[in-house]
Amino acid sequence: MEGSFLLPDVEDEDTAGFWSGTAAGELRVQACGSCGQWRMPPRPMCPSCRSVEVTWVATNGRGSIWSFIVPHPPLLPAYAELAPYNAIIVELEEDPSIRIVGNLIADETAAINSIDPTTIRIGEPVRVVFQQVDDVTLPRWVRA
Amino acid sequence: MAGFLKGRTAVVGIGQTAFGKGLESTELSLACQAISAALDDAGIKPSEVDGLASFNMEDGREVDVARNVGLGEITYFSQVGYGGGAGCGVTGQAALAVATGQCEVAVAWRARKRASKTSRPWAKVNQRIPGSWQFSRPFGVVRPVDEIALLTRRHMHEFGTTRDHLANVAIALRKHANRNPVATMGHKTLSREDYMNARWISEPLCLFDNCLETDGALAVVIVSADRAKDCANKPVYIHAFAQGLPPQHNVMTNYFCADPLRGPAWTAATRLWANADVGPDDVKVAQLYDAFSPLIPLSLEGYGFCDRGEGGPFTDDGNIEWPNGRLPVNTSGGGMSEANVHGFNLVLEGVRQIRGTSTCQVEGAGVSLVTSGEGVPTSAILFTEDA
Repeated sequence: MEGSFLLPDVEDEDTAGFWSGTAAGELRVQACGSCGQWRMPPRPMCPSCRSVEVTWVATNGRGSIWSFIVPHPPLLPAYAELAPYNAIIVELEEDPSIRIVGNLIADETAAINSIDPTTIRIGEPVRVVFQQVDDVTLPRWVRA
Repeated sequence: MAGFLKGRTAVVGIGQTAFGKGLESTELSLACQAISAALDDAGIKPSEVDGLASFNMEDGREVDVARNVGLGEITYFSQVGYGGGAGCGVTGQAALAVATGQCEVAVAWRARKRASKTSRPWAKVNQRIPGSWQFSRPFGVVRPVDEIALLTRRHMHEFGTTRDHLANVAIALRKHANRNPVATMGHKTLSREDYMNARWISEPLCLFDNCLETDGALAVVIVSADRAKDCANKPVYIHAFAQGLPPQHNVMTNYFCADPLRGPAWTAATRLWANADVGPDDVKVAQLYDAFSPLIPLSLEGYGFCDRGEGGPFTDDGNIEWPNGRLPVNTSGGGMSEANVHGFNLVLEGVRQIRGTSTCQVEGAGVSLVTSGEGVPTSAILFTEDA
């Protein structure tokens, strides 16, 4: 069922470092190899100093909910089967200017519809967990 | 202080096809029909057209349009991207081209079919996701409504915007459509109860927070102010035009910048008002891009009709309703209740408000604002009665 989710091209030149991080159980963000500024989504040039040197930094995987939605059909079949589910935006504890989209789930093995959406609050602390879908490891979030 | 463009050009022709679902014509054919109607409205021969500005999502290329409609020696053609952000962009670029002498008769248009391959890029799903979409789509943020719902929830959290405010938008636009015989929702009323009981699409947005899906096409013809004096219709002058792409903006999923709720409208507005003799207080009617209801409060803020965060309350007390509101908005019904042709129907309604031919005519409008999509790289245009 999850096999028909929309999955990333993990060999994408700019983003591969993120997906190899999740596969290794780390939530990594792209950082400028010159000035060190974090940036997401990944891209080739640092908008701060224009360096094309790139590094990847492991974060502590903690953050808080910045916004959330509860999608209902009509949706693509893989998502419709799980609807209503939630999608959240997390701002990272170590750098709140970095925001990451994901899902709040009850535990590491739970589905994206495992939380009662009426209980989700902006500002709630969350921590990252990882779920394997086909050949991709997706970051998801549980209550911290 | 007015910009270079002020009063140098005018819309002298408008044309459109029927709106509907499952129209038999191709997107190219619809484009040609709308352009043909606009030229007839202007009283200008196709062979005189020498400038084209089009959406980069069009199925019909310039060469195809020119070969079908029988256009002349084309010396200017440009395209604008980002779908709903492009309506005022193509209109304004057509005006710029005429004003700078790159062409003499310019046409801008949008044609759309729901089934068209290029119309709904999010529906192309049979491949691995590239680029920054990798950081939203895998998690079920799949449709445009999901992307805007995330910003809406945050706006509600930061500023206290409510579903009642969004209902104000949906109801006002439906009332306007109910006076417009060609509006898709012309014969269907919408009550607050209907809105509150509607099914969810992506909470906090329900069915009536979404635009229609429409087949159809619309076009405008633009010439110099001098030539406009000899045309059949009252000239509708282009007073100012701007596009807007703010720093660190990300199309639709604009979550990855310092202030996601200060979107492209703010950027376009700064240039628009800087190049105009008028300000928001002088504008008596506005067509604000409405793929989703929350884009209207955001645009009211961005274009300076109210303070930051006050876009929701601005819609209270019938403030955006014709005829008595402070600022009647989307007076033909807009994308939510007339037709959603990527906001190009808003451009034509903005023209009609200056011509005096709207079905919700604002008396003595004088100045008419049209905006394109908030949430994507956008554009805006001011039409005036006086050059």
